[in-house]
Amino acid sequence: MPATKTIPYVGRALKRVEDPRLIKGIATYVDDLALPGMLHAVILRSPHAHARVDRVGTEAARAVAGVVGVFTGADVNDKCGVVPCASPMPDSKIPRHTVLAGDRVYFVGHPVAVAVAVDRYAARDALDLIEVDYDPLPVVSDPEKALEKDSPLTHPEFGTNLAFTWSVANGDLDAAFKQADRVIQQRMVHQRLTPMAIEPRGCVACWHAGEGTLTLHTSTQIPHLVRTLLPAMIGVPENKIRVVAPEVGGGFGSKLNLYAEEALVSHLAMRLGAPVKWIESRRENAAATIQGRDQVGEYAVAVKRDGTLLGIKARTVADIGAYCQLLTPAIPTLTGLMLSGCYKCKALRMDIVGVYTHKMATDAYRGAGRPEATYVIERLMDLIADELGLDPVAVRLKNFPKPAQFPFPTVTGLTYDSGNYQGALKKAQRLADWPRLLKQREAARKQGRLFGVGLSTYVEICALGPSKMMAAGGWEWGCVRIEMSAKITVITGATPHGQGQETSFAQIAADRLGVPIEDVVVMRGDTAVAHYGRDTYGSRATVIGGTAIVMCIDKIIAKARTLAAHLLGVTAKRVEFRDGKFRIKGNPKKALGWKQLAPEAYVAKNIPPDWEPGLEASSFFEPKNCTYPFGTHIVAVEVDRETGEVKIVRYITVDDCGHQVNPLLVEGQVQGGIAHSLGQALFERTVYDENGQLLTGEFMDYPLPRARDIPEYLMDSTVTPSPSNPMGIKGVGEAGTIGATPAIANAVMDALSPLGIRHLDLPLTPEKIWRAVQRAKPPAL
Amino acid sequence: MIPASFEYFQPRTLDEAVGLLGRHGEDAKVLAGGHSLIPAMKLRLAQPKTIIDLGRITGLNYIRETDRHIAIGAMATHYEIESSALLADRCPLLTELAPQIGDVQVRNRGTVGGSLAHADPAADWPAAMLALEAEIDLVGPDGRRTVQAAEFFVEMMQTAAKPNELLCEIRVPRTGKTVAYVKFAQKASGFAIAGVAACVEKSGKTVKVGVTGVSAKPYRALAVESALRGKALDAEAVATASGKAAEGVEPLSDIHASAEFRIHLAQVNSRRALQLAASRGS
Repeated sequence: MPATKTIPYVGRALKRVEDPRLIKGIATYVDDLALPGMLHAVILRSPHAHARVDRVGTEAARAVAGVVGVFTGADVNDKCGVVPCASPMPDSKIPRHTVLAGDRVYFVGHPVAVAVAVDRYAARDALDLIEVDYDPLPVVSDPEKALEKDSPLTHPEFGTNLAFTWSVANGDLDAAFKQADRVIQQRMVHQRLTPMAIEPRGCVACWHAGEGTLTLHTSTQIPHLVRTLLPAMIGVPENKIRVVAPEVGGGFGSKLNLYAEEALVSHLAMRLGAPVKWIESRRENAAATIQGRDQVGEYAVAVKRDGTLLGIKARTVADIGAYCQLLTPAIPTLTGLMLSGCYKCKALRMDIVGVYTHKMATDAYRGAGRPEATYVIERLMDLIADELGLDPVAVRLKNFPKPAQFPFPTVTGLTYDSGNYQGALKKAQRLADWPRLLKQREAARKQGRLFGVGLSTYVEICALGPSKMMAAGGWEWGCVRIEMSAKITVITGATPHGQGQETSFAQIAADRLGVPIEDVVVMRGDTAVAHYGRDTYGSRATVIGGTAIVMCIDKIIAKARTLAAHLLGVTAKRVEFRDGKFRIKGNPKKALGWKQLAPEAYVAKNIPPDWEPGLEASSFFEPKNCTYPFGTHIVAVEVDRETGEVKIVRYITVDDCGHQVNPLLVEGQVQGGIAHSLGQALFERTVYDENGQLLTGEFMDYPLPRARDIPEYLMDSTVTPSPSNPMGIKGVGEAGTIGATPAIANAVMDALSPLGIRHLDLPLTPEKIWRAVQRAKPPAL
Repeated sequence: MIPASFEYFQPRTLDEAVGLLGRHGEDAKVLAGGHSLIPAMKLRLAQPKTIIDLGRITGLNYIRETDRHIAIGAMATHYEIESSALLADRCPLLTELAPQIGDVQVRNRGTVGGSLAHADPAADWPAAMLALEAEIDLVGPDGRRTVQAAEFFVEMMQTAAKPNELLCEIRVPRTGKTVAYVKFAQKASGFAIAGVAACVEKSGKTVKVGVTGVSAKPYRALAVESALRGKALDAEAVATASGKAAEGVEPLSDIHASAEFRIHLAQVNSRRALQLAASRGS
């Protein structure tokens, strides 16, 4: 990195340039868009989890004043392609998921018809007048029951609810279990979660009939993937589609998808020759935007008496819901790949069975498969310590690879790039004042209070990923332009939507170009501006997208050096670039900055022969490996014995995401992740009843963590640079979500351990804890 | 989520509002904060033909001391009660309860009259109004009448108010500091799963206990009260009596709390509220 006299921007906790517009309410979301002649679509959804659709009567609805059209599956399904799944397993059975239901609905929220009108009110009024004759069919909403022989079928045409199987296996597992002093088993349920982004989905499609082009504004994490996938659904070629993701009010994986509605609204705009807007309601968002987790598994570990981990065996049933969205089958495979956590392990086998049920599809939700893995292995570590009478910290330390063993090949076939798990753990213990925490626990227990201390030492897979492991390429694209005025335009294909790269990429660019950060603007989210990209998910944007920006800048500097040499009258070899200026080596007085070079580059009257005008470069960065951030979370809780309420007394986290571009963004990401985790650990769950009815379809019933639930965090970090990219960074978007859940769960289980309670599934709700405490009580005399 | 169309009135006086309600009767809904009504309308669970918005009637949000009572105008917001120095001094149960309602936004908009008239079985105010033996004034075409809190709550979302009557004033007695409200909240909505309001008389020999969230209508825990009548409020007596906090009550049951857990929480919070209230006397 070029040395600068001033303090580099990278590494500084700068406030986000995004925040003023967001805080002032002057940012532009999809619903803020109003185009001339725009129509409004409202979607009628199935109230049944499974039913035959005998008739959809639209006559009365069409008669409502202001209604332009009412469309059913019969009207649109043969004109639109099906909702794509980009990650089928070799034996996957993929149902034909049309944009509107055909003669059968198979989950509550399945779109059945759409009304389009001059305003939302008329469209909504029309919905009430659509007559649908449903003939209810048998429902299965429990994935284990769905595998039973006489279960109702989600897709009768397959003759089974089994959607796919997938396994990861390595090492001699039989030998590991034979050699073991102890085998420890536990069944664990990973409850279904609803992402509940505060901004629901929505889109505005505009058909430019003259040009034959379509502009789709959509609240998505992946405008580029939408642009690539949409042609197959609406029949417009990729180079005639522009996708814009304006401000996006939360994704968390739930907007890492191509949804039926995006194609439907595009189709309607083309069909009706007018812009069409659709904004998802909260109830629709809860029912018909992908959900997360929902695995249930049997897990067993083989261990030696001293706590040495020999092998892990797992069989997981993954409830994938009623059909496959974009990455549905791939999510549980991430659980398999990360199951050995940050531990040495010689043998592992995980068998995953994907199962269809009459519920909304699951897909990537914050952490996407990795939280399940970390939760399993970190609970197992505590169970090992518990059953062998060992210290949970010692069991972890015993099984960590040493820092010198990196790059560390895992039993699941991954290569962890760099790590110092001991360092993060020890730092967290110091920060927590571990001995004092244990004394506090002892004192509380003597008073009969339920006080627990728990930890989790996590590793996660980020910066997804090398293209060979990604369905549609794992590279990222960027473009940097020194404008004629010497202002800097940075364009990223990574589509940040709240993560803060408008700030952090400006820091990177300003340092590397030697310019004030105020001169840099970062553009994103519009395929007409950021021509290519693979967007934001899997904590990839800064690592891969940021590196692409670095590559662009290096290209520009190399090109500008030739121009500078020409203007300075020397050969390029004699010119050095430092502090934003090109100088003749040994003659520091003569210097040309961007303000001198940029006009020359564009006016182009005095440029070297054969020198291409302009100062712009674009780059694709193809990562060689993923990155593997890690850390330790330590939690102390107190449980109210009478009400079962959990109070987080202390929260300490040490995260290692390599070098930090902006520690404030790192802290924010970790804090947000812990908040998600806290919800998962203590109260969040998506509830479908046995009839497939969604009982948590509103904020009245689905609890998200609120400010008052959040404890004070004591946060720190260690820095173990990644060798996989020039900046040595790792990504931090999901660390909190992955590390925190098991730490909280372990702390609560530790608090309950004096009562002989070994394991409870999440969420650890007051009633669940109260019941466990009741059961554990000696019977009253 | 878009409501069905409705006719909207903004009366400027209580008389005007009563007149409108008389004309539109059962087709009308009164808007007095709207934190329950508007979500129901957005989901089209409620499709009133007429909305009578009390928000423009001035002077209906008073909190003032009278000879025997503190009188609270129906349109006083939860926040106005929370921040009332008069109530903090003369009827502190209300200022303790108010900040436990919803969130800041809800408390800034929602009104005590709106909440009581809606009679959500998990709303917080009813517990306090029962324990305080509040008087509730209704006004209709035939004039004004007073209903005791115990008679006001009839069933889930049903009150003693007739369709053509408006709730206009609540009167609560002056109390000492020996009061408490202890609530176990539903995690998502913030409504009470078991909210218990306790008032302990100065002598410590008489207690009044109001319970909300546990059953379809809020109730006085009379069995607890009579078990403690004339007794010293020692820990054991309070604990034993609180075991009766859900006696004779048919508890609600849902995904947030089973009937069994609700009964248990009513008992625990009854004990906690009584102990807390009693401790404030010392």
